[in-house]
Amino acid sequence: MRDKVKALPWQELLLPLVAVVLALLVGSVFILYVGENPLKAYGILFTESLGSMRNIATTLQRATPLMFTGLAVAFAFRAGLFNIGAEGQLYIGAFCAVWVGISFNLPRIIHLPLAIFAAMVGGALWASIAGYLKAKLGVHEVINTIMLNFIALFLTDWLVTGPFHGGSWVPETVRISSSAAFTRIYLPTRLTTAVYVAGIAAAAVYIILWKTKRGYELRAVGLNPDAAEYGGINVARNTVIAMAISGALAGLAGAEQILGLHNRFIVRFSSDLGFMGIAVALLGKNHPVGVLLAAVLFGALQAGSAAMDRSTAVPRELITIIQALIIFFVAAEFLIRRMLRLKEDA
Amino acid sequence: MGDILAMLFNTTVFAAAFRMATPLIFAALGGILSERSGVVNIALEGMMLIGSFTAMLVTYLTGMPWVGVLGAMAAGGLIGLIHAVFCVRYRANQVVTGTAINIFAGGLTVFLLRHFFQVAGTSPAVTVIPDITLPILSKIPWIDRILGRQNPLVYLALVAVAVVHVVIYRTTWGLRLRAVGEHPQAADTVGVNVFRMRYIAVVLSGALAGLGGTYLSIAHLSRFSEGMTAGRGFIALAAVIFGKWTPLGALGACLFFGYGDALQMRLQDIGIPTQFMNMLPYVLTMVALAGFIGRAVGPKAAGEPYIKG
Amino acid sequence: MAKVLEMRGITKQFPRVLANDHVYFDLEHGEIHALVGENGSGKSTLMSILYGLYQKDAGEIIVRGQHVEITEPRRAIDLRIGMVFQHFMLVEPLTVAENIVLGSEIRKGPFLDYKKMIAEVRRLSEEYGLQIDPEAKIADLSVGLQQRVEILKALYRGAEILILDEPTAVLTPQEVDDLIQVLRNLKAKGTSIVFITHKIKEVLAVSDRVSVLRRGRKIGTKLTSDTNEQELAEMMVGRVVLLQVEKGSAQPGPEVLRLEGVSVKDQFGQVKVNNVNLSVRSGEVLGIAGVEGNGQSELVEAIAGLRRVSGGKIYLSGQDITGWSPLRIRRAGFGFVPEDRHRRGLVLDYSVADNLILGIHGSKPFVTSAGLRNQGKIGEYAEELIAEYDVRPPVANQAVRNLSGGNQQKVVVAREFAQNPDLLICSQPTRGVDVGAIEFIHKQVIAQRDRGAAVLLVSAELDEVLSLSDRVAVMYNGEIVSVMPIEEATEHKLGFLMLGGRLEDYQAGEVSGSAGQS
Repeated sequence: MRDKVKALPWQELLLPLVAVVLALLVGSVFILYVGENPLKAYGILFTESLGSMRNIATTLQRATPLMFTGLAVAFAFRAGLFNIGAEGQLYIGAFCAVWVGISFNLPRIIHLPLAIFAAMVGGALWASIAGYLKAKLGVHEVINTIMLNFIALFLTDWLVTGPFHGGSWVPETVRISSSAAFTRIYLPTRLTTAVYVAGIAAAAVYIILWKTKRGYELRAVGLNPDAAEYGGINVARNTVIAMAISGALAGLAGAEQILGLHNRFIVRFSSDLGFMGIAVALLGKNHPVGVLLAAVLFGALQAGSAAMDRSTAVPRELITIIQALIIFFVAAEFLIRRMLRLKEDA
Repeated sequence: MGDILAMLFNTTVFAAAFRMATPLIFAALGGILSERSGVVNIALEGMMLIGSFTAMLVTYLTGMPWVGVLGAMAAGGLIGLIHAVFCVRYRANQVVTGTAINIFAGGLTVFLLRHFFQVAGTSPAVTVIPDITLPILSKIPWIDRILGRQNPLVYLALVAVAVVHVVIYRTTWGLRLRAVGEHPQAADTVGVNVFRMRYIAVVLSGALAGLGGTYLSIAHLSRFSEGMTAGRGFIALAAVIFGKWTPLGALGACLFFGYGDALQMRLQDIGIPTQFMNMLPYVLTMVALAGFIGRAVGPKAAGEPYIKG
Repeated sequence: MAKVLEMRGITKQFPRVLANDHVYFDLEHGEIHALVGENGSGKSTLMSILYGLYQKDAGEIIVRGQHVEITEPRRAIDLRIGMVFQHFMLVEPLTVAENIVLGSEIRKGPFLDYKKMIAEVRRLSEEYGLQIDPEAKIADLSVGLQQRVEILKALYRGAEILILDEPTAVLTPQEVDDLIQVLRNLKAKGTSIVFITHKIKEVLAVSDRVSVLRRGRKIGTKLTSDTNEQELAEMMVGRVVLLQVEKGSAQPGPEVLRLEGVSVKDQFGQVKVNNVNLSVRSGEVLGIAGVEGNGQSELVEAIAGLRRVSGGKIYLSGQDITGWSPLRIRRAGFGFVPEDRHRRGLVLDYSVADNLILGIHGSKPFVTSAGLRNQGKIGEYAEELIAEYDVRPPVANQAVRNLSGGNQQKVVVAREFAQNPDLLICSQPTRGVDVGAIEFIHKQVIAQRDRGAAVLLVSAELDEVLSLSDRVAVMYNGEIVSVMPIEEATEHKLGFLMLGGRLEDYQAGEVSGSAGQS
């Protein structure tokens, strides 16, 4: 057995980087398979996502919802909870946002914050169900959040095609009033002020987790619930709170999608944003700064994919494959550590 | 009242329930094998999707749907192997790996769909496995209208339930499987190879889920379409839990969920939105987990990588 | 007699400790060989190597005259070696028969032959006098019966060498008697047995020979008939133990803790603490002696609010605290050194500073009124305690995980003692701690007493109980069977009571083979 050596700080950055490189390498096999040059495809991806201010803005726009869902998953992880239900919380949050957005006529300074707040409350309540069941009955949150994803999906499906149907042949609501919409900040891209909210959310997550008493308790529960209980920390209450905050963050992703991007609720609009949040959180090492960086990486992949699709024979779904591969390799930290001959943490 | 009863107890609906349940049954059996071995498998959805696609593609290339079935099982098994390598060998978080597989499957199937057919959305039509009439069942009144004439895969699913039941409860391998999922160290100390058991179980799990996917693209329909499993892998997972990790329990759950599915259109006519029926499996599973209808508790070691020594 | 087993020069290095250091061990045909030593002396490691669970770094193993390499349990089983683990290796939802045959099933093709399996188990259980229902589910069996299944498991595999790792730790006295009878039967049938324990009385009761390990090294092997309790104790501990703690006589003040008929059940509804009445006064140390697993852990966790009380009342300084939350009890003047610092006492990935405020992390000055942490105050407080309690290395922001066991325990002790609680519970306060730290912690306990704290000490180490306590209570099978002033307590007497003897039956010097107390 080898001696245990404390992980050096640079390893914290190294492991995610290696995971990304491995994913791109395996991804290039798929590119070769369709008869293209990986360097060319990746080159296009790079320039189309980061090659100009406009492309960077698009990248940020695609990254914004992932920042929120990534923060949501990361926050729960820190408290020892696996919130695989960001997708459902996002839908519930989005619906609350659209409801406020279409039901009221208020000045912008009230209307937009109110819609955002509603999304947070919706997401928080939805996630709290799983938190409550875990805290009170000990039911593992993974299965319940999966189940709640589908329940949220069908619930909003019904609301949007039924009571809130916009009247057209499309399964969507009417548009929200413009006073509830985020402002676009880099025309003609669809980047909006929501990206600032993401920055604020990341800062808030950092402060809550590391600078407050609540964060101290949440992390203690995540690291060692028995010791937390012994230290007078109410494990059940903190479990519910962690899920609620996580859900509120996922709800913000819903708000961004509705109030920033679509301006209405289109049935099943989310393209796995909640699940991608898991990837973002893992890649970002569950740290707010890491999450922002990981979200930008994923945003860049998505932003560049359309151009790659147009100018090469590589279908844009390559990006989805690469994202999945990144999750694989981040999850298999053990594999990477072994490859790099790094010492294991016990 | 009579109308509603007639609607609920209707051989046409029952027959449809068996069809709707078939892909779920295969996937749920796969879920049972995997979880019984101690590996959580939320990747059933992705494995089914890959199965659906492969079945279509192989059938398209060979013109022989049964070869498509084998191809789908092989592809599902391969995905299972990937899941196992990451979870068993590299101790990756099983839920994370499962999520990655689901995303991967969604991306890969469309990637290949577009590569092979230059279309997104839906593949060209392929040959399907035709329905057959079973000589004995079709002679029994009432039953014949439900199970007398069905797709061979429907019958195969029922046979598979019996086989998996016998394997789990009556064979040496099944005994070891149950031990490995509950207390891997106990199995290890009497010389059972925990890793090998888990590898085999998870590969079989993928093959079965792939087989479930087959039914969608080359039996129920005659083509593959993007995301065609539409959450069925998760319903199968729900059935595993609802059926308390037993093949017969899962069969019951799948038939019940399939029945709900089959009733959807009719219930919509009397004012119950389809979405409520769609939610049902998930709501019931949460209720089951919460212990309101007899606590559902899974294999004790599920989710934990086994580390020797 | 022929040697069935010889282990020569066995060495095993773990990351932090040398678990076995050139250990020699042998086993003769049909003998019961006791392997004794304190916790962490390397007994279990040695036997785990024999069973193929660990690989030795050096040394050789000779089974029935053949040099062998035992790389995995399968190999040990093939060599007819069986092991009964302290934590049973039983699959709870499966039946007795299924557990026994697992891995070496009786089959008909790929199928299990249940009929033959059950018949075989029944035959085996009759042959060895180990009555058991082959079709019962493990989860429904008592601990004693589960152990029986473990023994049958080994015998079914044809074990001729049977290792039992601390087999009595989990048993009731009645079950211990049964086990001893079973072992004698096995011996009569020619089984060679290694019996791991740290309880000297059991050694004297069952074994033919005894080997003592201390800190990974073999100290000696004796014929049981040629040795006695005193000698074995000295071999185990290394010197005539006189853990003398300098202390003046106690000045007991008013009553601080009062337990009235307290009962506690475990999660399965089993009564673990039964109708306990106890009182601890300010300025005294009340020690609870007892074999581990007799309800001590449950009792102190109930007082701390970490376990629900199923009956009775707990009073702290006159206030009824029954059913209060752990936080509220802490705030009422309670400090607690838990028995397992890794599980309960520390958040290993938190810094020393953050661990030092666990429990008071929500109080001023560590948080501001806005709920923000006051890093400056937390750091200052940590520096103070680190200096006062001599935590090494003296770095406040380093993760506790990286500290040695003794220093980790000092962090727990510092945190709990610094609050000057009215009631202080110390549960196994020096477990897994080096000698220097033991002395330091003992001094601090006495200092707390002299400050006026009521101290409740729970320890599996009789020496510790005897050297620190002013009064001693003995806990057995969930009940306090006796409370006596320290002057009346002797190791001998406590040992008698701890094993279920009744005070009225006790006569000094009654236990055979004993050379009295140290």
